Amino acid sequence: MSERRVVVTGLGATTPLGGTIAETWEGILAGRSGAKPLDQEMLDRYELPVHFACTIAQDPSEVLTKVQIRRMDPSAQYAVIASLAAMEDAGSPEVDPERLGVAIGTGIGGVWTLLDQWDNLREKGVRRVFPLAVPMLMPNTSAGNVSLLLGARAGAHTTVSACASGAESMGTGYDMIRGGRADMVVAGGTECATHPICFAGFSQMQALSTRNDDPTAASRPYDTGRDGFVMGEGAAVMVLEEYEHAKARGARIYAEFASIGMSADAHHITAPEPEGAGASRAMREAVERAGLTAADIVHINAHATSTPVGDVAEANAIRRAFGDAVDGMPVSATKSMTGHLLGAAGALEGLLTVLAVHHRTAPAAINIDDLDPAIDLDVIRDEHRALPRGDIAALNNSFGFGGHNVALVIKSL
Amino acid sequence: MADQQEILSGLAEIVNEETGLDPAEVQMDKSFTDDLDIDSLSMMTIVVNAEEKFGVRIPDDEVKNLTTVGDAVTFIQNNQG
Repeated sequence: MSERRVVVTGLGATTPLGGTIAETWEGILAGRSGAKPLDQEMLDRYELPVHFACTIAQDPSEVLTKVQIRRMDPSAQYAVIASLAAMEDAGSPEVDPERLGVAIGTGIGGVWTLLDQWDNLREKGVRRVFPLAVPMLMPNTSAGNVSLLLGARAGAHTTVSACASGAESMGTGYDMIRGGRADMVVAGGTECATHPICFAGFSQMQALSTRNDDPTAASRPYDTGRDGFVMGEGAAVMVLEEYEHAKARGARIYAEFASIGMSADAHHITAPEPEGAGASRAMREAVERAGLTAADIVHINAHATSTPVGDVAEANAIRRAFGDAVDGMPVSATKSMTGHLLGAAGALEGLLTVLAVHHRTAPAAINIDDLDPAIDLDVIRDEHRALPRGDIAALNNSFGFGGHNVALVIKSL
Repeated sequence: MADQQEILSGLAEIVNEETGLDPAEVQMDKSFTDDLDIDSLSMMTIVVNAEEKFGVRIPDDEVKNLTTVGDAVTFIQNNQG
């Protein structure tokens, strides 16, 4: 079998900036923040130190039925919304079900269901626990539900690697197609961790911004005033397809999904290795596997969460991976607008990287008033940047607690 | 105490909430599994919600005998506290 190439033929998302990927991209180019105040009752009850988050812009009931909503954890609802939209965007293709796969990652899984049903058990007893509690709270609930709705039978996979889950799942889809197990894979990530336990846990870790008086300015990657990430939620999914399969059906192709590089830090359960050795290895591997060199990469969508330590470690890793080639290479930090979607972050940023290559436009970050001198990168601020004509390639970084490093390379086609 | 009609319409509401089925479909002679396509997991939720709504206890052993909507309505009617 000749080498199988993978292309992107559909995009779908529900995010803090909109109910579609088009609205999200418009919001990104307009420099809008997705930050909103949290429910007052929740704040009062738990006395949370953080008063805002990038919650989704869309009400799932606009798309899903009441019964679907009752039977799916919010994280699965988001995944289904994004997946159906991505398939529609791909032209609602007729595919042999045994050649259609699903790969949807999550960092946390069905935390709302788990804790709601735990409350039911304690307050009302075993008979008030919803019979679908287990299939709703398990981390693979999204992949399972999407596979069921699409009739996808080539396999339904879930990668759980914290904030790298979404990117790693898209890598799983890529591997399925490259390896011949599928011709098309609906791949991405989802998360709904805007639960008080998650705010409390991340707060105790000092990982969240507490800029409560100015939420839309709270996510400020690479700025000297950054004080932690802003919790986000949502889902992003792309339709990955074998190149000849896409061509044969006359599909619109956004870009080529050229490679994935992965590594583990084996350094600390939450802190990145400060010199960025592991992260840079993932980036180098991705570039090499795409058959490219550092000089071919014209844009990076950075992980850039807005934590004081993480942003510097990533900047070091990029410099280490690319050397002088990074000078003048525009770097986007889109979490400044979307917040940090945890297990969906890598997926959303993967989609934004595809759109950057497709539209030859690298988005600008907001809220960088004073670029940290420790960040030795060409970070795009104020105005989005045009990318060159001709063959181009871009890199997307995702890192997760546990030491996971994932880098994706997207190429123009 | 709810009469037969009130129990039927209350049950129809619960079934609608759980399955999205039109309440008008929920009639005395309809079989839960054969006519209404209600699986055992949905049946569990319907039973628990009916217990709460009508103040009855429907033992798990009894649930398998409730083949039709009429069976359930009659059981609830005869066992209301």
